[in-house]
Amino acid sequence: MRSTPRWRPPLSEPLTLFDRIWRSHVVASLEGGADLVAIDRIFLHERTGAAALNALAAAGRKVADPARVFAVTDHIVDTRPGRTDQTLMPGGQAFIAETRAATQAAGIRLFDVNDPDQGIVHVISPELGIVLPGATLIAPDSHTCTQGAFGALAWGIGSSEAEHAMATGTLRLKKPGTMRVTFSGTLPALVTPKDMALALIARYGAGGGAGHAVEFAGDAVRALGMEGRMTLCNMATEFSAMTGMIVPDEKTFAWLEGRRYAPAGPAWDAALAHWRTLISDAGARFDREIEIDAGTLAPMISWGTSPEHAVGIDQCVPEDAPQRALDYIGLEKGTSLRGIRIDAAFIGSCTNSRLSDLRQAAALLRGKLVADGVKAICVPGSSRVKREAEAEGLDRVFVEAGFEWRESGCSMCFYAGGESFGHGARVASTTNRNFESRQGPNVKTHIASPATVAASALAGCLADPREIT
Amino acid sequence: MAQPLSQITSLPLPLLRDNVDTDQIIPSREMKSTGKTGLAGGLFAGWRYIGTSGREPDPAFVLNNPRYAQSEVILAGRNFGCGSSREHAVWALAEFGFRAILAESFAPIFAGNCVRNGIVPIVLEADAIAAISVSDAPVTIRLDEQDVTSADGQRWTFAIDAEAKAMLRHGLDAIDLTLQQAQRIAEWQGCDRAARPWIYLEETA
Repeated sequence: MRSTPRWRPPLSEPLTLFDRIWRSHVVASLEGGADLVAIDRIFLHERTGAAALNALAAAGRKVADPARVFAVTDHIVDTRPGRTDQTLMPGGQAFIAETRAATQAAGIRLFDVNDPDQGIVHVISPELGIVLPGATLIAPDSHTCTQGAFGALAWGIGSSEAEHAMATGTLRLKKPGTMRVTFSGTLPALVTPKDMALALIARYGAGGGAGHAVEFAGDAVRALGMEGRMTLCNMATEFSAMTGMIVPDEKTFAWLEGRRYAPAGPAWDAALAHWRTLISDAGARFDREIEIDAGTLAPMISWGTSPEHAVGIDQCVPEDAPQRALDYIGLEKGTSLRGIRIDAAFIGSCTNSRLSDLRQAAALLRGKLVADGVKAICVPGSSRVKREAEAEGLDRVFVEAGFEWRESGCSMCFYAGGESFGHGARVASTTNRNFESRQGPNVKTHIASPATVAASALAGCLADPREIT
Repeated sequence: MAQPLSQITSLPLPLLRDNVDTDQIIPSREMKSTGKTGLAGGLFAGWRYIGTSGREPDPAFVLNNPRYAQSEVILAGRNFGCGSSREHAVWALAEFGFRAILAESFAPIFAGNCVRNGIVPIVLEADAIAAISVSDAPVTIRLDEQDVTSADGQRWTFAIDAEAKAMLRHGLDAIDLTLQQAQRIAEWQGCDRAARPWIYLEETA
């Protein structure tokens, strides 16, 4: 007797982490192929927060759920000790005051200038458990992709989109393609997540990730701590990707447990059970795949005016370097990067200002002195990072080596008309952008890891951290 | 809300550099107020003026070339608008009078900001950009037909999301459109709150 085949549900197709989060947030499919996507968290800052909130209020619209919107003063707030609302940026105080007034009127939690939880948005959001695995999080800041390190879908948007998300709890989005960047192998000593990101961008171009959401995977990524993962995802926007993200694992969950806005008690258990389903299935198909052997990487340094203009610290300015970039940066083809004199060293920014970054730099600086004539500044990424670093005595290491030790904020990652390194200065910097005049008028920025910047500060020139003894 | 846009005929201003970032389009030091206006004077300030604080035009920069004074279209290279998400870059371009950008590729946040402010971001192949640059003559952009034509009869088509096209074509307000779905959003949140209660926070202010 033949048995009647029983009905079985169709085998579910293998999904990527990105597809899982996207699908679970689609409120409606719109005409023309876009989706209406639910937004779980919004983070504003004082550079553009007031503009978005004031425009919303002027249009007679309300913030739909202010409890899920946060704000911080990080972009133009002063980082010199003893700070107030005063900043060196002309008119900067108004940005702080107007953001304070607008967030208060809207019922939005602001981490204000001297709040113990103040810090760079992408540093404090994880510290406070505001970003969570599987959540959608947006901020009017391109480096919001940093927070994809937690298995969240987090990306930067403009002011109009911030207004839209606050008013409706959603965004209208065309789904991007997916790309997996697999770093196999083991990172060599003193080669860091920053070097992984710069190597990727140098190899595939600053536009290489356009149209895609990138998942970082592979043994070398799994081996990273949460802070290193944040550095890697941070640079996804310099690759022109929508975002970077990493499948959450036990490291992720342990890092988030007990954070202020993370779930607690039974809600934690329920969340954890959900978060453990947030994987990319074994057979999941990505639209593009890139593989890089992390074991072959070296400390990277930029030589031009785009993050794609980067090579290993032991290399030379490439022969095919565009002349325009060389004219700006004041270097010639074939020049060895190692040994180029610098005027300043900067350790900070949402890319490299967390405790592990400061430890890495301090390990090289301990008991040594910054070279004569080099202005050296360290700006912790958050007030919490600053306190934790001070509890370990890292502040003394920096100060005794000759670094300034600052209050937290974005600081001199970008120039808003206030503080700078001086016209035309050459800076080794742990920041993310070596654009023309990004750090001040005609400032020549070389982006690199905290280890490479610390080594360069000691040497007074671009230096290989592997050669510091 | 932006003006509806269907057709533009203009001599394109050639800015054939790769990776033109939003720090160049509007330097942070030019973002002097929390408003969205008063930005056109700061457009490309670092390249447009001699020195960093003054307003003396640098004749070497194409924006100061009288031939392109009426241009409403920019002709660009790869990865235009990369870097900072600042919408001020697009506000400055729109205030100055630009309504379309032809480029080999765009950074995604910038392209989204363009659509919200009535500027069409159009991706063309490198050879099309080169041909338009060489002819240095007006082109016509038609949004309905999704094409760019030159005076000498060359024609290139371009792709654009239906959503972005409708927004630009009719000058639609995205928030108004989405608020028509308020009921659906509320229902979705009701279900989601049951499935993921930890996402929904009590008052935090």
